[in-house]
Amino acid sequence: MLLYALKMLIGDKAKYIGIILGLSFASFIISQQAAIFIGIMTRTCGFITDTSQPNIWVVDPKVQYIDDIKPLKDTQVYRVRGIQGVAWAVPLYKGLIKARLANGNFQTCIVIGIDDATLIGQPPKLIEGNIEDLRAPDAIIVNDVGAGDKLAHKKGDLTVPLQVGDRIELNDNRTKVVGICSVSRTFQSQPVVYMTYNRALSIAPSERKLLSFILARSEPGEDPQAVCRRIQETTGLAAYTSDQFKTLTVDYYLRYTGIPINFGVAVILGFIIGCAIAGQTFYNFTMDNLRYFATFKAMGANTRLLVRMILFQSIWVGAIGWGIGIGGACLFGFLARKTELSFWMPWQLFLGTGIAMSAICSIAALISVWKVRRVDPAIVFKS
Amino acid sequence: MLAVSCKNIKKSYGSDTSRVDALRGVDLEVEQGELLLIVGPSGSGKTTLLSIIAGILQQDEGECFVFGENLNALPNGKKTEFRGKNIGFVFQSFNLIPMLTSKENAAVPLILNGVPLPAAQEKAAQILTRLGIPEKVDISPIELSGGQQQRVAIARGCIHEPKLIVCDEPTAYLDHETGRNVMEILKKEVLKQDRALIVVTHDPRIFDFADRIVKMDDGKIFS
Repeated sequence: MLLYALKMLIGDKAKYIGIILGLSFASFIISQQAAIFIGIMTRTCGFITDTSQPNIWVVDPKVQYIDDIKPLKDTQVYRVRGIQGVAWAVPLYKGLIKARLANGNFQTCIVIGIDDATLIGQPPKLIEGNIEDLRAPDAIIVNDVGAGDKLAHKKGDLTVPLQVGDRIELNDNRTKVVGICSVSRTFQSQPVVYMTYNRALSIAPSERKLLSFILARSEPGEDPQAVCRRIQETTGLAAYTSDQFKTLTVDYYLRYTGIPINFGVAVILGFIIGCAIAGQTFYNFTMDNLRYFATFKAMGANTRLLVRMILFQSIWVGAIGWGIGIGGACLFGFLARKTELSFWMPWQLFLGTGIAMSAICSIAALISVWKVRRVDPAIVFKS
Repeated sequence: MLAVSCKNIKKSYGSDTSRVDALRGVDLEVEQGELLLIVGPSGSGKTTLLSIIAGILQQDEGECFVFGENLNALPNGKKTEFRGKNIGFVFQSFNLIPMLTSKENAAVPLILNGVPLPAAQEKAAQILTRLGIPEKVDISPIELSGGQQQRVAIARGCIHEPKLIVCDEPTAYLDHETGRNVMEILKKEVLKQDRALIVVTHDPRIFDFADRIVKMDDGKIFS
């Protein structure tokens, strides 16, 4: 009878397409909006992901997220190095510095100053140049997106990307591009400039303290969380594992920005619209077929079988709607991959959208099941 | 054994001032191998009586035995199972599912009785061939004439060889010739010695097919 249920469903093409479209729309909106939200949240901690060599980040205890920089004393690096279980610890500068472009405009850049000796904190992927060249005088490495857009030379309508060998001024200091790297997109979409720590200190606006983070790694066999606890107890600083620091950062954005509410509203709207369209159309479909369900009932179909038929129909349209919606969202993400739009669809999102679609279909099916359970088989004799 | 035995069946709809007494103490017996016509004007209670006999409507009072089984005493699940095995239905408006082919429609009772789909559909095709529409087995009922649709409905009503077949105005939407043709099929192809056929109608053109006719009016049987 499930095959018959399917034929009944597909046979009413207008309603079938209506239900599928409703569910596809809901699935698309839910997954697409959620993917953008996840993408944005991922950007907030993209720098931590990119900086993969350390597994411990030591910061001021008041720091709430990655961009909330409260500088430390340089001497703290030595204290951290001395703690049991720490394999190494290096300084890292992270700050905003204005670059003057060839046309006279200014562009704020995120400057990352990495340890001169070890170059720990270096960009995750170098497209052009050699990381060792960063030790050359005035050397900087610029990220590809920044080099190709905000730091590019604009000559009329023509945009010439910043290239290896080009020079730019950072806070009135001449620097020379020695490499182009690829990094995770930043939250504010600013260009990212890598240089050595000491050069960053010489370029950065003068402050009493300039050490942004201490990057450290636990010794093999040591539990990073235990090492973090030891650092905290010994130095009074905050120490987080990379995952903890990511969570801290994402939590901050979730708690103190309106981003989750905006996207949450869109996702909930998608869910409600999906429920409304699919539920209404599916209910209409069941009502149109109520006479046939009553006929089945009169001919010996028990209520359990009829419920199974309706559930099968709802699962069928739900699965197709989910697939089309998710496919559409993936296509959207693919087409937008070279834009500023943040978009990331982890497998959990596929699962989450599937659960949301199941909920929509269950709601739609429940209304229909309620009606079919109460259908009086005696209506079959009404003309 | 009697095919059907109803004693003092009473049924009313609504309550208080809006109460309508559809059946006011009906006694009816149907023999095996008998084609019984229940006739009467609209609102006389024919269809209500048929629904109670078929076990899809509960009477307020009285008892109705179908092949010795008191349907009123059966729990819902058992009653549904009994209907599925022992009762065939032919409806005035056919109630064929337009999304399915004639063969698939006719096979429904067999599938509900657990017969595998291919075997059920093969038997449905055989019966439709016997009823004179072999070329229509794979066609949707909406592409068929009224007479052809009623043949599909008859095939569906008898495919699982039920002991009792109930027909509600089976010729109402058919012209004279087609209506007689349908009745011929019902009498010759469907009615057997161990079965009974109850037809509710107010179509006088088919009265001569009946073994017996009972007349109803105002919720009572008169003859």
